Formats: sequence, C-alpha cells, structure tokens
Amino acid sequence: MSHGLIQLTYLAAAALFILSLRWLSHPKTARRGVIAGVGGMTLAIVGTLMAPEIVNYTWIAVAAAVGFVIGVPLSWVPLTAVPQRTALSHAFGGLAVGLVGTAKYIVWFQHGELTRFRIGAIVLEVILGFLTFTGSLMAAGKLQEIVPTRPITYPNQNFVNLSLLAIAVITGLYLTIEPYAAWAFPVIVVLSLIFGVLLILPIGGADMPTVISLLNSYAGLAAVAMGFAIENKLLITAGALDGSSGLILSIIMCRAMNRSFTNVLFGAFGQVQPAGTAVEAKTAKSATPQDVAELLTTADRVVVIPGYGMAVAQAQHKVRELYDQLSKRGVDVKFAIHPVAGRMPGHMNVLLAEAEIPYDALVEMDDINPDLPQTDVALVVGANDVVNPAARHDKSSPIFGMPIIDVDKCKTVIAIKRSMNPGFAGIDNELYYLDRTLMAFGDAKAVLGDVVKSLSGEAGVH
Amino acid sequence: MAELDLWSMLFVFMLATFVGFQVIQNVSRLLHTPLMSLTNAISAIAVVGAILITGEEESRAATVLGAVAVAASMTNIVSGFLITDRMLKMFREREPKR
Repeated sequence: MSHGLIQLTYLAAAALFILSLRWLSHPKTARRGVIAGVGGMTLAIVGTLMAPEIVNYTWIAVAAAVGFVIGVPLSWVPLTAVPQRTALSHAFGGLAVGLVGTAKYIVWFQHGELTRFRIGAIVLEVILGFLTFTGSLMAAGKLQEIVPTRPITYPNQNFVNLSLLAIAVITGLYLTIEPYAAWAFPVIVVLSLIFGVLLILPIGGADMPTVISLLNSYAGLAAVAMGFAIENKLLITAGALDGSSGLILSIIMCRAMNRSFTNVLFGAFGQVQPAGTAVEAKTAKSATPQDVAELLTTADRVVVIPGYGMAVAQAQHKVRELYDQLSKRGVDVKFAIHPVAGRMPGHMNVLLAEAEIPYDALVEMDDINPDLPQTDVALVVGANDVVNPAARHDKSSPIFGMPIIDVDKCKTVIAIKRSMNPGFAGIDNELYYLDRTLMAFGDAKAVLGDVVKSLSGEAGVH
Repeated sequence: MAELDLWSMLFVFMLATFVGFQVIQNVSRLLHTPLMSLTNAISAIAVVGAILITGEEESRAATVLGAVAVAASMTNIVSGFLITDRMLKMFREREPKR
C-alpha cells in the first residue's frame, strides 16, 4: 500500500517539475514555475520519507538542517556572482550523486548484492558525479578568479585527459565483469575527480557560458544514472529534464560562438596569441563624457550593448540612470543582448532586470541586428568580442564566423572601455579604429556616472 | 527485489528527454539564468537517493556518505529555489507612464 502511495507522490512530483519548466516560458508565469518546483520537490521528499526501508531519521534531519543553513545564505549572493554560485551548486549536485553512488556500492558490496547492471549504472553515476564535482569547483574558482582564468595548457593535454577518462571507463567495464574486484572502484573515483579538474584547466573565461551549461547537463545525467542504479523513475525523469536543459543551453551557447563542443572543450580558446598578428599603430578617437552626453541627447534611437565589463564595473545601475534620463527626453533606448555576453546564459538580462530596466527593452541579437543601420548611437558598455566586425570578414581571426551584434552599421558608435587592451579572447577589435567610433576611456561606472551627471545638469536639475 | 525493469526505465528516460527538449526550447531567452538555477534545484532530486541510503543504516560508512549527500542536495534545493524566485521577481514590464 505504502509503495503505491510513494509512487503516486513521485508521479505528481514529476508532473510538477515539467509544469515548473513549462511556466518559465514567459516572465509573467515564471514565478508560478518556482512554486510548482517547490511543490514537486516537497512531494518527492515526503514520499521518500514514507519509505519502509528508512529506520532512522536522525541523520537525515541533521543533514537537511545543515543544508538549510548553508543554502539560505547562498541564495543572497550579489547577482554579479550568480555564475559562481551556479557552478558551486553544480559541484554540490555532482558531489551528492557521487557519494550516493559510492555508498550504494559499499552496501551492495557488503551484502553481496552487486549485479552487472547495478555496477554499470553505479560506475556511470560515480564518473559523472565526481567529474561534475571537481570540474564545477574549478569553474567556480575561475569565475571567482581564485584560479587563473586564462587557459592553462601543457603538452599532450588532450591526450593525457582522454587517456585518464578512458582508463576510468575501462576499469568500469572490468568491474561489470568482476563486480567484486575491490581495488577497481577507488581507482574510478580518483580518476574521475582528477579528470574533472583537468577538463576545466584549459578552458578560458570567455567559454564559461558553454562550460557551465555543459556541467549543468552532466549533473542531470548523473542523477539519471542514479535513477537507473536504484531503479527510481522520478530520478530518471527529473535528471533527464535537467540534462536536456543543460544540453540545449550549451548548444545555444556554442552556436552563438560558432564553435563546436570539441572545440570548446579541447580548443583552449583565449590563450594569449603569440604575437602573430602584429597590429600596426592605429589611432582611435576618444571622447569625453560630455561629448557622449551630447551625442546621446541628439539621437532618436540608441542601442546599448552590455558585456561582462559592465558586470565587473557594477555599472548596471548607472546604465539604468542613463536609460531614465534618455527615455525622459524621448530617446528610444533598447538593449542588445548577445547570447554569450557575460559568464553564463542570460547573465546580462538578470543584471539589467536587477537594475529595474523593463524586460521589453531587452532585445536579442537576431531581433535587433536588422534595426541597427537606422540606429543613431550604439553605446558599447564592457562588451568586446561580441561586437568585433572581424567575426564577419577576417578569416584569420579566431572568432571568424561567430554571430555578432552589428554595431559598426550604426551611425555612431561609442565604446566605453578601460584601455585599449584586447578583450578576454585576446583579440584586437577593429571596431575601435573606425571613423564613426568614439572611445570613452575609463571605468564604465565612472564614465556613465559623468554622462548622467552632465545630462541631468543640462536639464537644470543639478 | 522485484525483477529489473530496465526497459520501462529506458522508456521513461527517452520520453522525459523529449519532453525536456520541447519544454526548454520554449523557455524565454530572457530567463536562461533563472532556468539554470531552477534546473539546478530540480536535479537535487538526488536527495531521494541520499535520504534512502542514509535512513537504511545498512553500513556506517554508507550512512555518513549519505548524510553528506543529503546536506549537499538540500543546499541546492533551498538556495536554488530561493535565488530563482529572487531573480524572477526582478523581471518586470515597462510601467505605464507616470
């Protein structure tokens, strides 16, 4: 009887998870999605607690309380740190799956209940779980800049990495034949942990959106493997939802960079280029904040292109003040969002929403590009590679073929930038040397602050 | 233990993957960051396995590993749902002219 009841809660939980994701299709219904998700999770936990196998609730309660205590403050991080937080929780997810797999292995080993199928599922679960754990920790470290964000490479890197994974998989296959070979399981655990670190080492900061999405997918697939190991269909369903979500996001990110998975994972993109393309001395025109203010007020249509630099400078609130000032003067202001702007999918949208910019002013790259030739001023705030025209025509450029926001087609371009140093991918940007481009040098927050001040001064508000 | 039901598990996996693809493709691009934190919380469904292994008390080592897994999953559930809601609250439409 209780079996049926438990399965019923699992069934309802699975339906709620699907609804939860479905309601995310529009900002209006999205918060309902969270409620559905919480409902589904609550049902799943309550259902599990009814299981007759559970004889002692003490440890469960203590551990859950610890989780609450860590989890609540983790949800208060500033939104610029959301990529790190996300990577960190992928790490927790991977750890949990890996540990459950290990624990299950121990129990079945002691009871002599290991079957080929079980060991196969557990090996998959443990490999995916532990590589997600250390890989995500590395990604979080890179995002928090505890670990160097530049790709770290060494000779034969791909060969070494793949060999490690291959050894882990072969050891796993051996275990399915000899389930009680006690030496083999720890080898798999250790190799997976090392592989996770090595996988992320050669990946640069600009590729983080793809990598985070991919780790999201692995975390989901690890839960699926756990579902197969303990024969639980709710785990399979929820894990598959998560896995497909991560996969779709990674595909979107890869497309937005015109790169393949293998290229992201093994390409070590963003290394400092060994001074191959010597840039001849070109000159860029610079502009003061007052010039910028004047140009903006005389424009009818302005498009702002935010990038990771805006997040670093914490300039989103100044952007909002500028948006208010210009809107008040009847200037049409839109924001052009490149899918890979920032360090995770959707990063810019969240930052701008936090600054209370209405979401209907945020426009995707493909929708805004046709309007750019009729745009008077493009204001680039901390974006670089996503507006580099070389992606369209320079076959030798590492970003050739990447879809970009065509700001060079606007009548005037203003780029706010700290210095002429190349961006994250280490590529020079010809946009800055165009005749129609003006450079406003300085910290994005400071420059925008001065622009806003001179705008409000003009209005006589002082 | 009942007979292994591999085929129905594979069916569930296949169907859930297709549903996932359909549903996720419809998610607004505006909300990709909240999507990731929400799926993060949902994939902490691993808590089910963690609770079972902890509560069974079959072996001391397994109980300890399971308890750590419960804590890690619970962290993801709590912080994942809370931060998703916090982000979604900020998405608002243009206000009518004041």
